[in-house]
Amino acid sequence: MSARNIVAVIFFAIIALFLIYNVSDFSEIHDFGDPGQADMDQHIIDNAQNETGADNSVTSVVFDYRGFDTLGEATVLFTAVAGVILIFRRLKK
Amino acid sequence: MSGMSKIVKTMTAVTLPLAMIYGLYIIAHGHLTPGGGFQGGAVVASACAMVLVAYGSTWTMSKIKEKKLSVLESLGAIGFIGLGFFGLLFGTNIFFNNFLLNQDVIPFFNAMGEGASNINTAGLLPLMNIAVGLKVIAGLFAIVLIMAYATRKIGGAEE
Repeated sequence: MSARNIVAVIFFAIIALFLIYNVSDFSEIHDFGDPGQADMDQHIIDNAQNETGADNSVTSVVFDYRGFDTLGEATVLFTAVAGVILIFRRLKK
Repeated sequence: MSGMSKIVKTMTAVTLPLAMIYGLYIIAHGHLTPGGGFQGGAVVASACAMVLVAYGSTWTMSKIKEKKLSVLESLGAIGFIGLGFFGLLFGTNIFFNNFLLNQDVIPFFNAMGEGASNINTAGLLPLMNIAVGLKVIAGLFAIVLIMAYATRKIGGAEE
């Protein structure tokens, strides 16, 4: 076994112990099968029409409350289109 | 003579406006009814793909190139992120701030939704829906068009 593999095994063990140790702290957040109480969903249900003016609460979440996520979605689509055009440009003759 | 038979072409020409109007309706009413830019853009791109299937990829590519579709998609992306950055300039300094609400400078979109389901409510959301819809239409149709054109049979019947 080379020195590089030994270093890789040591790092793997350290990261695995770190992750397993963190899982033991999950029970302090909430129990299994009992998700934590979030105030954000009830706030959106109550105030989406008054705060964004949209009748469709889903659109108000997607484009207003979580607009940054939609930017990521649009970037995914842009990257997919760019990749497809890049690949098929050679085949097109 | 590329594409499918004359019956299919005629029926495509008849049903194309209906499908396109339905998709554009979904985009324009994205802040009022279920749907939005992504869903309506997928419907319009499906209508464009119907043209591609019926009339053949060579004919469609002679009408619109994929570079123009790429420009349209980039315009949609720039419009979307530009509307997000306008939130930094006006009002409070929040990225993706809905700055068209509750102001008197541009009085068209500042009405709040009051159950009347008017289309000029919700501030920035209709404009963002239109930008994302343009991006999805151009992006999906560019993918389908260039895939069909790259795998066509040269000189064959289904060209």
